[in-house]
Amino acid sequence: MGWIVLKLEKRPSPSVFWSRATPVLAVALTMVAGGLMFAILGKNPFEAIRTIFWDPLFGEFAWYLRGQLLVKAGPLVLIAIGLSLGFRAGIWNIGAEGQYIMGAICGAAVGLAAYPTESRLIFPAMVIAGALGGWAWAMIPAILKTRFNTNEILVSLMLVYVAQTVLAMASTGFLRNPEGAGFPGSRNFSGYPAAANPELIAGSGLHWGGVAALAAVVAAYVLLQRHILGFQIKLSGQAPRAARFAGVSPQKLTVLCMGIAGALAGLAGLFEVTGPAGQISIDFNVGYGFTAIIVAFLGRLNPVGILLAGLLMALTYIGGEMAATNLGLPSAAIQAFQGMLLFFLLACDLLTNYRVRPVFKEAR
Amino acid sequence: MKRRHLLATAALGLGLAFGGAAAAQDKTKACFVYVGPIGDLGWSYQHHQGLLAVQEAYGDKVETAYQESVPEGADAERVLTQMALSGCDIIFTTSFGYMDATNAVAKKFPNVKFEHATGFKREAPNVSIYNARFYEGRAIQGHIAGKMTKTNKIGYIGSFPIPEVIMGINAYYLHAKKVNPAVELTVVWAMTWFDPAKEADAAKAMIEQGVDVIASHTDSTAPLAEAAKTGGKVIGFGQASDMAEYKPSPRVTSIIDNWAPYYVKRVGQVMDGTWESIDSWEGIASGEVELGEITDAVPADVKAEAEAMRDAIAAGTYHPFTGPINKQDGSVWLAEGATAPDGDLLGMGFYVEGITGDIPK
Repeated sequence: MGWIVLKLEKRPSPSVFWSRATPVLAVALTMVAGGLMFAILGKNPFEAIRTIFWDPLFGEFAWYLRGQLLVKAGPLVLIAIGLSLGFRAGIWNIGAEGQYIMGAICGAAVGLAAYPTESRLIFPAMVIAGALGGWAWAMIPAILKTRFNTNEILVSLMLVYVAQTVLAMASTGFLRNPEGAGFPGSRNFSGYPAAANPELIAGSGLHWGGVAALAAVVAAYVLLQRHILGFQIKLSGQAPRAARFAGVSPQKLTVLCMGIAGALAGLAGLFEVTGPAGQISIDFNVGYGFTAIIVAFLGRLNPVGILLAGLLMALTYIGGEMAATNLGLPSAAIQAFQGMLLFFLLACDLLTNYRVRPVFKEAR
Repeated sequence: MKRRHLLATAALGLGLAFGGAAAAQDKTKACFVYVGPIGDLGWSYQHHQGLLAVQEAYGDKVETAYQESVPEGADAERVLTQMALSGCDIIFTTSFGYMDATNAVAKKFPNVKFEHATGFKREAPNVSIYNARFYEGRAIQGHIAGKMTKTNKIGYIGSFPIPEVIMGINAYYLHAKKVNPAVELTVVWAMTWFDPAKEADAAKAMIEQGVDVIASHTDSTAPLAEAAKTGGKVIGFGQASDMAEYKPSPRVTSIIDNWAPYYVKRVGQVMDGTWESIDSWEGIASGEVELGEITDAVPADVKAEAEAMRDAIAAGTYHPFTGPINKQDGSVWLAEGATAPDGDLLGMGFYVEGITGDIPK
């Protein structure tokens, strides 16, 4: 007598095949489990899945929605690229949402201060201010970590809530629209061309944020493949002691990685506030900084992977919205669906580092 | 396929972005965008009741769609565009933060009617704005609060410092002060429309300070749930929805937003082609603001006074903002016998005399 049990065995090195295959497997499993959930809610699961994954790309209104994918994916990719560098080096910046907010506030402040001057220099100045704002906000956890050895996860996360309070102050106080009849919210940049970030080609959804995201993907790819800094980042994450022997300063690396992540998040905020959002408002941030963490891992911390993951995430948002309106699915079901994606990804990740092996056990 | 091609051509060729996607349909489609979940039992729930009323009133002739928990900002613009593209003939955007998005999308879809709640911008001829005179209900709550408080400390959980909320605070305080000159008002700004944890924290903080009547301008039942834990010492009011499950105490009465008559009327006007851009601000008189049942936790004489005030407001013989009223800094706002012009109320950015603390700036 005996039975077969499944045993997990650690692989000597992570499987390359499974590291590529798990995202695909996770998406497939999400479709199955999500379809089941939609069926339980009394909706046609095939129609729901089609609405989420197919219609935004090839449906009746794809000409509009494809552009919206770029609008939604742009900030996610830009932020996730910055985060991935730190994550690879074992530096956990969880507060990109706050850096995104501060970038938007600093950049918008420069533009609003110049109102109503028309000059070609205004928008570039705002871009720099946005990047600096995000960078400076990220420097707080970075320096606290290198000087006082605080935990950057906690500090950067807590600073998100501080940034949200500063945002509320900005929208009701120092950046409020003086012609807004006392209502919170800044002037709308769509009415101020020198500071606006409109679509570069009408209807394409592509604005400077999307261009910056693509540039960041390329830059990160080159950095990781060809540059000594990329090597140091990878080495620090995989073998911190070896990195130290190789002369990598963990302090410098922390400041650098946090700084890049902060600046990119700040840029994302600036492009968002001058483009799709249009204004500083109390509810300006909608969670891109947190979702980007998922995007970074969904993309295996690889620049090209992050680009694809950002587009996939955007697809679930936009398709999810369509499903909510057209099929009457509750918004909570859409969120659960997105949660499933992360859950299955993490679960499937097991296959990258472990091998599942059936073992025959003798009865005692 | 042909239609898609046509639209795409129109979009690119005319630079107008979008053509009239909503044309030529048998059924009128009414769509709604909510800021919270329809299960919030407050603001969004009441708007959804309006949707159901539209469906019931017109049956087969109307189709409805909605989306809940839509963030105020860039996402709202996309949701509105999707709705307009998918054939909505009239779209109700039910939160202040949708203002710029509503106007931006309305300009691209001149054939679709847009109705924005609680804002002030009408930048296109196909945008209407509508709101309700909630301050009328606040005045009645203030009267009850002034009479009922034992500690002489009353509270108000504010959402955002916008005129809408500030006029509610002023109406509440003025009428409490009128019947109880010793009353003190504490205002806590939650900076959210819907966040049960934050709202509960605000209520807890007030209760610890000795506040025993709490009004709230946020959408959940959390403040009432906190009040309920005090064993009858603290009372509150239903907000936006009746919140009847907290009867007879702590919920002693409520302000009920009744959007149904307005929604039914406006959708009907789209159907028969008489819809026009308007600025609607109705109150107790037309039924948009309802006073929920006053429970037995309120003494009979106070209840009678409150109901008398409601009837006077409905009849137009009493305006909750009747002078003399001074601003917080002591300057005169309304002279003896003068009533507040609507413009003053809609842009209200000041507290009345006697309220301590500052409006967040």
